[in-house]
Amino acid sequence: MENKIKVEVPVMAELFAAGRKPEWLFWVGSAGAFDDRYKKVTREFVKILTHLKVDFAVLGVEESDSGDVARRAGNEMLFQMQALTNIQILDMYEVKKIVTCCPHDFNTLKNEYPDLGGNYEVWHHSQFLQKMIEDGKLNIQSEIFSDKTIVFHDPCYLGRANKEYEAPRDILKIIPSNKVEMQRNRSFGLCCGAGGGQMFKEAEKGTKEVFIERTEEAIATGADIIATACPFCMVMMTDGIKYKNQEDRMKNYDIAELVSISMNL
Amino acid sequence: MAKQILFALALLITLAAFGWTLRRLFFNFKFTKKLPLDKIPERIKVTLEVAFGQTKIFRHPVMGLLHALVFWGFMVILFGSIELAVDGLFGTERVFGILGPVYDFLIASGDVFAAIIFLSILVFLFRRLFLKVKRFYGIEMKPVSKADANLALSFILLLMVSLLGMNTFYLLEMQSHNEAVVGIYPVSHQLSMVFEKMSPSGIHFWHEMNWWTHILLIFLFANVLPYSKHFHVFMSIPNVFVSRISPLGYVENMESITNEVKQMLDPQAVFVASTEVPPKFGVSDAEDTNWVNYMNALSCTECGRCTAVCPANITGKLLSPRKIMMDLRARMKEKGPGLHKEGLSYNDGKSLIGDYISEEELWACTMCNACAQECPVNIHQPSLILDMRRYLVLEKSAAPAGLNAAFANIENNGAPWQFSPQDRLKWTDELYMNATE
Repeated sequence: MENKIKVEVPVMAELFAAGRKPEWLFWVGSAGAFDDRYKKVTREFVKILTHLKVDFAVLGVEESDSGDVARRAGNEMLFQMQALTNIQILDMYEVKKIVTCCPHDFNTLKNEYPDLGGNYEVWHHSQFLQKMIEDGKLNIQSEIFSDKTIVFHDPCYLGRANKEYEAPRDILKIIPSNKVEMQRNRSFGLCCGAGGGQMFKEAEKGTKEVFIERTEEAIATGADIIATACPFCMVMMTDGIKYKNQEDRMKNYDIAELVSISMNL
Repeated sequence: MAKQILFALALLITLAAFGWTLRRLFFNFKFTKKLPLDKIPERIKVTLEVAFGQTKIFRHPVMGLLHALVFWGFMVILFGSIELAVDGLFGTERVFGILGPVYDFLIASGDVFAAIIFLSILVFLFRRLFLKVKRFYGIEMKPVSKADANLALSFILLLMVSLLGMNTFYLLEMQSHNEAVVGIYPVSHQLSMVFEKMSPSGIHFWHEMNWWTHILLIFLFANVLPYSKHFHVFMSIPNVFVSRISPLGYVENMESITNEVKQMLDPQAVFVASTEVPPKFGVSDAEDTNWVNYMNALSCTECGRCTAVCPANITGKLLSPRKIMMDLRARMKEKGPGLHKEGLSYNDGKSLIGDYISEEELWACTMCNACAQECPVNIHQPSLILDMRRYLVLEKSAAPAGLNAAFANIENNGAPWQFSPQDRLKWTDELYMNATE
């Protein structure tokens, strides 16, 4: 059995009390902290950060929902309360650089918090990992996925919203495996169906659920793995794979998981 | 001289009618909300790329190319149309000929483009009449919308026929008088050979006939356009210029809410009862929109590229982003005259939400921005949908039950699910990694 080490996750308040200001704040996000499937992604990303000896911390219990869902569902009042509360905390810890696994929080923190006085350099974890690859810090030798075919599903808030199509694909490039694309990819990518608050409500009457339409497209590529980079897309693709009874032959992973598994962290 | 007077009269009537229509239309902007127009250099860049470069239309490569050729052709032919007006007013013929090689180049391009546009329009008409292209259908595409599209295409077709006819018989007329031809006409030159045998009087008649048909069609078309979805010919370029240039995912901050929230969050703040009438939050009717929304609506040519990529529409839901823009345009047309007469307090017992757009449509949106990404003239449908959601939530507390539960959870425990904020670090329990060293 391999030797396991307990990972202690640095918390901002404790570091700050000790007079330390970490370089990065890892914004976990509500889904990253509470959704069972995405908690795994959070853990894998922290393992990568720890392995790379990145100087980071999380807000822990002081983090609150970014407000993205509230804002896009029309509850501007609630969004602004959340944003202003979070900005107060972030500014108190003099946060400069933020990395997050959630494209929705990435978009809100990067593009919308500045309107309310919160100015930070915000990175999505795919961009962060891409930078690590560029800097030669991430090397993957493992052949664990080499006989697998991976298809990447573009999250709307990483792709169309912020024009980041290549970072996640650059990460997949260094993982020995076969890659395919869906017909609707990059700026043509089809939404998973969870954005704009849909995650929390019943879908309107229609002929089909959006996540089924998208999963069918992914299945049609013949891929073994749907790679995503968003907690909502993760939930939708997982449901889609179940709905289409493909659990035996198809899995879905976040790009951070693919990296950490490949690195045997 | 009689021709000049006749022409001047026709031009005067055209301009007067056009001015009258535009004045009525642009009055409606008065009722819309203000929005600053900043970042001008960036806007010029976007206009050059998206409008003049036609970059977004090329997302459908084949039809995109045909449209781009029509657009670029129009730009070149516009030069000839201006010359036509000058000639008509002053009794000159091909007056811009003094430009020499520049003229030759522009007129030759216009002549070739006229043929290209003619062929492209035939393809467009064929698609509309005989192929069942999905995006040309939908609940918002009433018979009148289809007739409107076919009428606009027919107009353009006739404009091109008369332009080529004018050029062809001009060449023949110069030939019959043994006069030097001004300009170069690659296509019309070929066409003129077909009519070589015609009598000089016949040639003169058809030259005049095509000249008048062409110019009068332009005048008529210009006055039909403001009542057509094809008003897009005038509105697209300015619309791209004023369109949203922030990242697609960005949502505008509601300043009116910020002040309230700041006061709520500040324990030291003394509650001051405001005497001002609180502003209405969000959009429920045409006059609540901002002027860019309305500009967007006027620029929509109902191509349906937005609706074709909408995840809600693809999966059979009611929402169609194209319909949202068409509804705003129709509602403003309906309410504008009343607003103009009676001011902003005018109430006709109807509203955009309810009578035009249902709540079901608004709640089906995933805010994925696929529609905005696709729109060839940079219309941003999601911001209008969101403004209507804001009205429903902030003014009517009318969100779907699931969302109300998520709101309550975010408010009480800082996450859309029912978990205690104290558990935010639970994921760190049992976090082990392999010793790699």
